[in-house]
Amino acid sequence: MAQIFHRSTNFIARFSLFSGIFLAGLALTAVLGLARSPYFTRQNVTREQPVQFSHKHHVGDDGIDCRYCHTAVESSATAGVPPTKTCMSCHSVLYNNVGYLEPVRESYRTDKSIEWVKVHRLADYVYFNHSIHVNKGVGCSTCHGRVDQMPLTFQSSTLLMEWCLDCHRGTEKVLRPLDKVYDMTWEPGPDQAELGKKFHAERNIRDTTELTSCSTCHR
Amino acid sequence: MDGMSHHDHKRDVDNHPPTAEEIQLKEYRLDLAAVRNKLAGKQGKQYWRTLEELSEDPHFTDLLHREFPRAASEWDDAVDRRDFLKLMGASLALAGMAGCGLPDQDRIVPYVKQPEGLVLGKPQYYATVMPFAGDALGLLVESHEGRPTKIEGNPEHPASLGASDVLAQASVLDLYDPDRAKVTTYMGEISTWESFQAAAQGLATSQKAVNGAGLRILTGAINSPAVAAQIENLLKLFPQAHWHQWEPAGGDGAFEGAKLAFGRPVNTVYRVEKADVILSLDADFMASGPGHIRYTKEFYRRRNLSGSGKDEMNRLYVVEPTPTVTGATADNRLPLKANDVELFARALAAKISGGSAAAPAGSDPFLEAVAADLQKHRGASLVVAGEQQSAETHALAHQLNEALGNVGSTVYYTEPVTAAPVSYRESFHDLCAAMARGKVDLLIIVGANPVYDAPHDWDFVNKLKKVGTVVHLSSHYNETSEYSHWHVPEAHFLETWGDARAFDGTYSVVQPLIAPLYRAHSAFEVLAAFSDKPGVSAYDTVRERMKTLAGAGDAEKFWRKSLNDGFVAGSAFAPISVSAKSAAALPPAKATAAIEFLFRPDPSVYDGRFANNGWLQELAKPVSKISWDNAALMSPATAEKLGVTHTIMSRGGEHGQIRSAVIEIALSNSKVTAAAWVVPGQADGVVVLPLGYGRKKAGYTGSNKGFSAYAVRASSALWNAADGKITVTSDDYPIACTQYHHNVEGRKILSTATLEEYKQNPAFAREHDETPPDGLTLYKDYRELGYYQGHKWAMAIDLTKCNGCNACVVACQSENNIPVVGKDQVMRGREMHWIRIDRYYETGLSTQQDDPKENPALANPKTYFQPVPCQQCENAPCEQVCPVGATVHSAEGLNDMVYNRCIGTRYCSNNCPYKVRRFNFLRFQDWETPSLKLLRNPEVTVRSRGVMEKCTYCVQRINNVRITAEREGEPGVGRPIRDGEIVTACEQACPSEAIVFGDANDPNSRVSKLRAQQRNYNLLGELNARPRTTYLGAVRNPHPGLAPAEKSEKKEPA
Repeated sequence: MAQIFHRSTNFIARFSLFSGIFLAGLALTAVLGLARSPYFTRQNVTREQPVQFSHKHHVGDDGIDCRYCHTAVESSATAGVPPTKTCMSCHSVLYNNVGYLEPVRESYRTDKSIEWVKVHRLADYVYFNHSIHVNKGVGCSTCHGRVDQMPLTFQSSTLLMEWCLDCHRGTEKVLRPLDKVYDMTWEPGPDQAELGKKFHAERNIRDTTELTSCSTCHR
Repeated sequence: MDGMSHHDHKRDVDNHPPTAEEIQLKEYRLDLAAVRNKLAGKQGKQYWRTLEELSEDPHFTDLLHREFPRAASEWDDAVDRRDFLKLMGASLALAGMAGCGLPDQDRIVPYVKQPEGLVLGKPQYYATVMPFAGDALGLLVESHEGRPTKIEGNPEHPASLGASDVLAQASVLDLYDPDRAKVTTYMGEISTWESFQAAAQGLATSQKAVNGAGLRILTGAINSPAVAAQIENLLKLFPQAHWHQWEPAGGDGAFEGAKLAFGRPVNTVYRVEKADVILSLDADFMASGPGHIRYTKEFYRRRNLSGSGKDEMNRLYVVEPTPTVTGATADNRLPLKANDVELFARALAAKISGGSAAAPAGSDPFLEAVAADLQKHRGASLVVAGEQQSAETHALAHQLNEALGNVGSTVYYTEPVTAAPVSYRESFHDLCAAMARGKVDLLIIVGANPVYDAPHDWDFVNKLKKVGTVVHLSSHYNETSEYSHWHVPEAHFLETWGDARAFDGTYSVVQPLIAPLYRAHSAFEVLAAFSDKPGVSAYDTVRERMKTLAGAGDAEKFWRKSLNDGFVAGSAFAPISVSAKSAAALPPAKATAAIEFLFRPDPSVYDGRFANNGWLQELAKPVSKISWDNAALMSPATAEKLGVTHTIMSRGGEHGQIRSAVIEIALSNSKVTAAAWVVPGQADGVVVLPLGYGRKKAGYTGSNKGFSAYAVRASSALWNAADGKITVTSDDYPIACTQYHHNVEGRKILSTATLEEYKQNPAFAREHDETPPDGLTLYKDYRELGYYQGHKWAMAIDLTKCNGCNACVVACQSENNIPVVGKDQVMRGREMHWIRIDRYYETGLSTQQDDPKENPALANPKTYFQPVPCQQCENAPCEQVCPVGATVHSAEGLNDMVYNRCIGTRYCSNNCPYKVRRFNFLRFQDWETPSLKLLRNPEVTVRSRGVMEKCTYCVQRINNVRITAEREGEPGVGRPIRDGEIVTACEQACPSEAIVFGDANDPNSRVSKLRAQQRNYNLLGELNARPRTTYLGAVRNPHPGLAPAEKSEKKEPA
C-alpha cells in the first residue's frame, strides 16, 4: 500500500511538536510575566484621589516626618491614614480657602470621612505588620520608594509574595541604622552586606527559617 | 417530631464482620441487655464514650473505621448527578473568567476626629460586667475600632478571676444576632421610641389618678441597684402598684431555705479554696449559679499536682439525680432521685447533729463515708445545696455547715445580692391572680418571656389578654411580644450603661462598648419612661451613685478607676451573723415518687433566653454531648424498663445521627412528646426534662428546636413532678450527638488514677507508653534542619482539672471565626469546632462483679473529659501527605495551615490520628449578613468552602505578643517573651486552669514544668508523631473505703 503521507510531512510533524512545546512555554512565560506586570500588580500606577494630596509637597518640600500623620506605624500593624483633624491642624490656617481643599474642610464640617482610594492593597490571607519592620530597621522607602518625590502616590513595589520573601530570605540587604528608618534619602552603601549582617545579629532578628515560616505572615 | 420511615430493628446475631452491603442496609440498634452481658465478662479498666462502643457490636465497629463518616463528602441534598454536572460546567466556565478581573478599588475611610487613646489597627479592652439572672460576671471585652469582638474574663473581678463560661463567651454573638428586634412597635406596627415615651406618660397619668392600682411590673431577678432604685421610685409614685419577679430557671429553694433556717433571706458565699472536703447536694456549683467561675477556680487550685507523688487534694462528694459538670468530675458520686437527695441530707444532718432519719435505700455506705470525712475536717468542709433542690435541703445545708463549724471559714452569709428577693413562684402567682381578676390595667414586662415559660396551668396567655395595656421589653420579638401592645427592643449589655452586684455583693459597672446597633433601650430607660423623670439616663444615675460611693475622695478619679477596673474595689458585702434553726424544726419529708420528672435549665440555652445563639445551640452539651436539641434524659435501667432505645444510622454517612425513640409524657394534665436519651450515671426512675427548647418565636436559629418542657411544667411542681405517665410511641427522632464522631477506637488515649494509685506510681500515665526511641523515623527530623531553635510552643492539658464545661470550645469559636454548621451537618460529622471535648466513661470492673444488673459501669460510671485540639505534631502525619504544601511545619513547630494553598483533598485529615482537622464541606460561613461581619476577629482569616482548617495554637496571638516583645525593651533589639504572656483563647477562658501554653525551650516555663512531670503523656505515643500538646493523667481523690472495684488488681484487656 502506498504511503498516505509523503516523507516531507515528517518535517511538519516535527515542527508541530517542537513549536507546540515552544508555544506552551511561551504561553506560560506570558502568563507569569503578565501576573508580574504592573497591569496586575498595579505597580507604579497612580490613583485618582478625592483630594490631590501630594507627598512630594508635604514630605519633600516641607520636610514633615512620616510619623506626623502615620501615627500608628511604630506600634501597630497598620501605619494609619490620618483623621481629617490632622489635615485641619495646619489647613485651618494654611491654604484655608483654596478650592481643592474643600473636601477636607467639608469632611471636618460634616463629620463625614474622606474616602481615600487604597494604593497598597496586599494580597488576601496576608497579615503584614508595619511596627515590627520599622522597629527592626526596615525603612519606609525600602518598600514605599521615594514617597518624597511622588506628587501623587503610587505603589513602587510589586507586593508579590516573591518580593516579600526576597527580604525575608536576605535581611542584610535592607536593614539600616535605626535613625535612618524614616529617612527618604537613605541608600545602601557599598558595605551594606556587612552592615546588614551586623544589624541582623545585633537586633536579634530571626533567621530565614523562622522568617519564611508560613505563619509568620499567614494565619 | 420528624416522622421518618419505620426501620427494621432486628439485630444481626451473627458475629462475622459485616459486608459493605449489609452495612448499607442495616442500622445498629442499641441493646442494653447485650451491653450488660458484655460487661459481665470484663475485667480491669476500660474507657468508653458510647454504650454501643461498650457492646463491641460489629456494625458499630465498622462505623468507627472511617475518618469522616461514610459518604460525609456526598452532597445528598436535592441536586442529582445531572444538575451537578450542569453546575460544574457553569462554574468551570466562570472560574476561567474570575481570574481576569482587576483587584477591587478598596477605600480607606479614616476617622474625622480620632478617639483619644486609640491606635489604629490595635484592639482596645474595656471592663464591663454581664448581668444574668441575678448574677454578674466581670468581663474584659476586646474591641476593634469600636466593634466588640471577643469576650474574656476580667482577671481582677472577684466573680471571674480572668475566666469565663460558655454563656459569657457566646454573648457577643447575641449582640450581632440579625434576628434581634430592631424597632419599637405598637400593636405590631412600627412605631418610635418617642411615641412610646409619650404613651408611657399618658398611661402613667391615668395610673396616677388611681394611685397605680392597676400597674404591675414583671421582671426577672434584679441585681442592678440602678434598676432597683428606678422600680422603687415607681412604687413610690404609684403606691398601690406591685412589682413581681419571675425567673423560670431560678430555684426558690435558696430563698425559702434561708427563711427556713434563718428566718430571713440571705446570700450564701463559699470559700471553696479553704474546703478540704466538699459535699454537693445536687448542686452544680461549678457550672451555674452566682460565683460559679470563681468557685471552679478555687476548687481546682486545690488540685495542682506537683508531680512529686506527695500531693494532697481536696475531695468532692456529689449526690445528684442527673450527671452535671460538677457531679461527673466528682471524686465520689452517688446518683439519687432529687427527693432522695433531701432525705440523704436529713440522714446526714441526723448523723452529725444527732437525731434519727433514715437514709435512702443503698446510700448508707456513702453516707457513712461522707459523714466521717466531713467530721474529720470540721471547719474545712463545705456543704452546698443545689439551686433546684427543695427549701429543706437548703436549710439542711445551712445547718450542716453550722454544725461542722464551717460558717466563717468556708462559707459566710451576706445581705441578699438581688434587690427585694422573693419566691418567684409566689410573686408570679400573685400577678397571675391579679390578672385573672381583671385588676391589671398596665403591665410592664421587663426582659421576661412569660408566655413561653410560665407554668402551663396558670394559663398565662388568656390572663394576659385581660390586661389593658401590656408593655414588653425584650431583645427579640418573641412569644410574649406577640401578645403585647407595646414592644421595645432591649439593648444588649454591651450597648448600655448600668450596674450590677456580683455574687459577693461587689458593685460592678456595666460599661457599653458600642452604641445600640438598633433602636434598642435598656430596662432602666423603659421604667424611667413611666416615672416623673422620663428622660433620665442610666449613665447619670450610675455616676450619681458612684459619687456617693466615692465618699470624700476625688469623685472623678474614683469613677475613672472603677470604670477601668470594671468594679468598685472593696464593695463586697460584709458577712452577717445568722444562726440556723435545728433540723427538728423542718417540716416532715415527702415520700419519693416512683418516677420523678425533673426540670432543669439547659447547659447551653439556659431557660430559653439563649435559644437563638448558634454557638450555644451547636455546642455539644457537657455530659450528653447532644447538640441542637434537648431530650428527655433517663438512666439505662429506666430506659430498658420503659422499652426505650435508639438506632444508629449507618446510611448516607449520617454517622452522628441517632434516631432515638419518641416518648409521650403525660404530666400535670398536659402532654408533650420528646425524644428520649439514655444517660449513664443518671439515677434510676428519674426523667430529666431540660428547659429552654421548643421555642416558637426565638428567631431563625432557635425556633422549633427540641421540645418545650414548659408544656408539662405545673406551678405545683416546678422542679420535681411525680405521677407522670410515659408512653413509648412508634416514632423516632434524629438526634445529633457528637460523641459518636471522631472516635479513636479503644486506643489508650486517656490515663486515669486515684490519688493513692498516683502516689504509688506517679508515672501511671506512661504505664503502657510505647513511644519509639527518639530519632526512629523516616521523616526528616526538623531539629537537624535548624528548627525549634528559638521558641518551641507547647500546650499541656491537665486532665485532673478539666470538668468539661465547654468554655474553651466557645472561646475558640469566637476567637477564630469558626462557623456554625447546623444540626443537619452535625449529624454528618461535619461540626467545625477546633477544640472538642471528649467525654469518657470508665468502668473499673472487678472479677467479683457477679450480677451484671448491679454493674456500676452503666449505673454510675466514672466520667472524664478530654479536650482535644490540634496536637501540633513534630512528626506530623498531615504534613507528609499534602500534595500542595498547604500544611507545613513552622520553625517553632506549629503545623501551619495555609488556606490559600489548600485545594481540599482532605488527605491531611485522613492521615491525622487525632481527628482534629475540620473541613469546610460547604460554605458554612455567613458572608452576607451585615451584622455578622462586625463580629469577626480581623486577626484571623474567614475561611470559605473547600478549605481544611484546624487549631493554630492561636498563632495570631503568638505573633502579636512576639511583635510587642520585639518592639519593647532596647530599641531594635526587644525583650524576650515572658512566660504566660501568650495566652491562647482556650487557656484564657478555662475556669479550672487546665490548659497551659508556653515555650518548651524555656525550662522554667509553666508548660515545661508540666511536661517534665511523670504524669505527662502523649496521645498515641506509639505512632511517634511527637505531639506538642501533651496531657497530664487525671487523678481523682475518692474516699478509699468507697470504691472496692478500683482496688482489685488491674489487668489491661488485650
